[in-house]
This record gives sequence, structure tokens and C-alpha cells, in this order.
Amino acid sequence: MSTPLLEVINLSRSYALPRAKPWGPRDQVLALSNVNLRIESGRSLGIVGESGSGKSTLARLVMALDTPTTGSVRFMGDDLATLSPQALRAARRNFQMVFQDPYASLDPRQSVARIVAEPLDAQGGTSHQAQRQQAAEALESVGLRASDLDKFPHEFSGGQRQRIAIARALITRPRLIVADEPVSALDVSVQAQVLNLMQDLQTEFGVTFLLISHDLAVVHHLCDDVAVLWQGQVVEQGPPQQLFQTPQHPYTQTLLAAVPQALPT
Amino acid sequence: MLDVHQLTVRLHTPRGLATAVRNVSFQIARGETLGQVGESGCGKSITAMALMGLLPERAQVSGHIRLDGQDILALPERALCQLRGNRIGMIFQEPMTALNPVHRVGRQVAEPLRLHRGMSADAALAESIRLLDRVGIDNAARRVDAYPHQFSGGQRQRITIAMALACGPDLLIADEPTTALDVTVQKQILELIRELVAERGMALLLISHDLGVIAQNAQRVMVMYGGNVVESGAARDVFAQPTHPYTRGLFAARPSLHTARGGRLPTIAGTVPDLIDLPPGCPFAGRCAATVPDCHTNVPPQVATQPGHIVACSRLDHIGEFLPTGIRA
Repeated sequence: MSTPLLEVINLSRSYALPRAKPWGPRDQVLALSNVNLRIESGRSLGIVGESGSGKSTLARLVMALDTPTTGSVRFMGDDLATLSPQALRAARRNFQMVFQDPYASLDPRQSVARIVAEPLDAQGGTSHQAQRQQAAEALESVGLRASDLDKFPHEFSGGQRQRIAIARALITRPRLIVADEPVSALDVSVQAQVLNLMQDLQTEFGVTFLLISHDLAVVHHLCDDVAVLWQGQVVEQGPPQQLFQTPQHPYTQTLLAAVPQALPT
Repeated sequence: MLDVHQLTVRLHTPRGLATAVRNVSFQIARGETLGQVGESGCGKSITAMALMGLLPERAQVSGHIRLDGQDILALPERALCQLRGNRIGMIFQEPMTALNPVHRVGRQVAEPLRLHRGMSADAALAESIRLLDRVGIDNAARRVDAYPHQFSGGQRQRITIAMALACGPDLLIADEPTTALDVTVQKQILELIRELVAERGMALLLISHDLGVIAQNAQRVMVMYGGNVVESGAARDVFAQPTHPYTRGLFAARPSLHTARGGRLPTIAGTVPDLIDLPPGCPFAGRCAATVPDCHTNVPPQVATQPGHIVACSRLDHIGEFLPTGIRA
């Protein structure tokens, strides 16, 4: 079998809680336990689950922003935890992240040009002129204009800001984009525009998404596979049609039953 | 019970006067739920603030808001203070910011009782235990002494509901009450609100951007856009036959578990108009495929497509030609 784009093997992460007593032991909370996932290139994976299910811990581990307690994250065959800092930095070119809140994830004091080109700057080896050129291209590919380069984040609406955040993730031409609730801060009509954009990026640039969302319909729309996370464990996994039509695990059934339907039945 | 007539609110902004709400009229009867739908900046929250008498000081308001015949807009601040939290209760979106983090929850639930009912501290505390128990806080007698951070998001929202209900209000305003919550918790909270509305015969104004939430909880709906009500009617009618181009666009733009995957979502072209120089005509003109020059200048007529189902659009006869798709039957 070919090497998958991303492989998560027996991944667990526990965090220490504050001591209950001054000299007592520190309790551990298991945020993720024995998670196994596999993303083939071009098949986006959606992670659904509620607050506290371990979604964001998973995103942090996949992005190598945190180290696993046990298990490993392999990106294109390399175990991220064992890479040297230099090698990890170089590997980051291939996986980027888009955050939930476009009002918090863009530095208000930096120009759009600087925000979008920052991943290139971190990689090094690109001249200022080339950075600007590529930032302009990235902006155009998300439906903004090159003339927006010298503006600042406050001059943009929520949907446009999320486009800027996506342009920043795109600029290194990554294979994988981890998107943590990319549309939940946006209005319905703007949400549709950003979802369409993400879909175009899949077809045009071959980007694969690891999409984290509490919104089942968003995952259904964009992903080829879905994993349901509950209390740090993957309780069910499969293609969205199958998983949402005939959910097997009781938690998936509860989750689906709780989604309010716009059409009264 | 509540009668809002031709409410218009203008707010001062650094760039001039913004018309946040324009000629909005609606009524809510006891025991009835009116759902208000719309996107950011459409005037939903400003309408709620006007009902509470909490508009910014220099806001220009015209029209009437009558609560059992009494015009709220004409009342002095002192009288408003006696209404708020007493006859009108409000549930906010973010329970952690609605609760004071340094006060025990029992004291916060008891505060309106002490203030409006003049209850003694002991009686108010006993009543707040009863209220917390009613909204589903386990072991309420012990938990009254806890602080907000010791509760989960859903429990905090239950506490703010207990606060809003303390004095048995006639009108409850819920502004995005479940937006910050998980779907399974959202379901529980909406069920609780529904039960309480039926039990106490309150009128409920439920504000949400989530069409599903409105469809399952409101008997009547009003869809707002750019400060105007563009469509209103019985929830069943509006959801079965969304008619205004904006309502249709909004319905079509939502991804759904039942539509085919991989297709593109129909989007609404253009962006929300600036409330500062809102055109005199239809606020949706320009983004609507059926726009004709008249739309920009003339206020659209209120057309009744079915009894009680009102659509503010002058191009209703022609909409079909322009918007053939995107509606899920």
C-alpha cells in the first residue's frame, strides 16, 4: 500500500490536572486515547465531536504544536515527533492550519501582505519581492485582489478575513490543511462562499483537508470520510453518506438526532 | 400582549446615522413564540435591545412598543428599571459573560427577586434554589453556593434562564440562546425553554441565525434583512414556501445532510448593504437577480401570498423566472 498523506497511530495525549492536595499526586486527564486515523491524499477527512471530545487536541498534535504522550503522527511517512527542529520547520511547508475565529487569528497591526507571506518568511529563502508576488497570487486564488495587500485586517468583513487566513495557509502550497471550525464564526450566506472556496481548492490545488467541525452538514458537504470523536476516542468512522444515514454508535445517533432540521416534518 | 408598531431605530456612528431597524411591526401573544431570523447586522439584536429599553443613549427611536397597552418607549428610566428583569426577562448568547464571575450563582438568581419583589435574603435564596432545581441543576441546594466557573456551558445557560425567569416575566427574549452550546446541549436547553413557555404562558421572542432552531421552536417567523422585515408568517408556511429572494437564498445556502454531496452551494451575490446609506427602496435590491431600477427607489409593498404570510417584494410575479433552483422541497 502507498504511504498515506497522514497517518495517526495509537495516538494518546494526557494532560496533568492541578493537584487536589498540596502534596498529593497530580491527576491526569486523557484528552485523546488510542486514536488511529489515515488520510489518503485527496480524500478529506472530517472530525466531528462536541466540546471536550479532543478535536482541538488532535489538531494540535497533527500540526506538531504539541507532542503525543504515546503513539505517533506520521506525515508523508515521517514521524513528526522525531524530526529535528530544522527538519520539522521544513516539513511545515506541507501542512498548514486555518483557525476558527478570523477576528483573532490575524494580527491587526500587520498588513495583509505580511500576514499572508509569513509562512514563506518562516521557511526562509524567498526574497521580499518574491514573497509579495506569491502573496498576491494566493490572495487572487481565494477571490481577493492584489490591491488588498497593503490593507489591514480591520478593513475586511468576517468572510474576507477567513479568506485571508486561507490564503496564508495556501501560500506554501501545502498538501494538507488542518481547518479547525473554519466557518462556524461566519453567517450562513458567507459560510456558503467559504465552503465553495474550500471545495475549489481541493480540485484546483489538490489540497486535502482535515476539517474539524461540530456542524455535521458542513462535514458532509466537504469530506470524503468522517470520524466521530467522543471522549477522546474515535467511536465511528466511515464515508459521510453511510455514517449519517445509518449511524451505528449510540453517540452518533444522539448527535444526529440533536441537529435541528429546518424543514418541519 | 406585545405590540410593536412601525419601530425605527437610528444609531449614531462615527460615520453618521445608521438605520439599524426600519419600520418593523409585530405582535406576540401569551404562550406564543415568534422566531426572528437573519444574519449579522440585520437588526435582530437592536430590536431586542429596544424592547428592553437598552438602546444607546443617543439612539433615535420612533414608533411604538406596547406591552399590555403601555408604551415602553415613552417610559422614563425609573419605570423601565421596574420592567427589566421583572416583566421582561432576557437570555443572552454567551452565559459566561452574562453571569458575574465573582458572585455565587444563588446570589445572582436571587438578585431580581430582592430588587423587584423586595424579598428577604433568605426567602430569595430559597426561591432561587427552587428555580435552579426547575431549570435542571442537580443538587440545587448545594450548588447555589458555587461560582459560575464551576459549571459547564449548558449548566451556565440554565442558570441565566433561572435568572430571567425569577420574577415570572410576561415576555421572554432569548437572543441566540444556544449558539455557544453543543448540539446535544442545545436540544436540552431548547426543550427546557419550550416547556417553561408553555407552563407559564409567557410570550417568547426567539432570536437565532439558525433556521433549524427557529423551525422547531417558533409558531411564527420573521426574516430580517438590512433592518427590514422581508418576510413573515406562520413558521410552517414560511419554511414550506420561502418566497422572498433573500429568504430563498438563505435557505439554499445551507449545506444539508440530505442534499447530494460535492455540489456547489448557491451563494447570495454581493455583500450586505451599509446601514449608513441604506437605499430608500428594498434593502436587498442589487443582490437580487430580479432587481429592476424601481426596487432601489420604491419601498416594496407588503404582499400577502397566503393568509398571514407577508412578503415585502414588488417583483413577486417575476421571481420564479430568476430563481428556478436552490429550494429544497
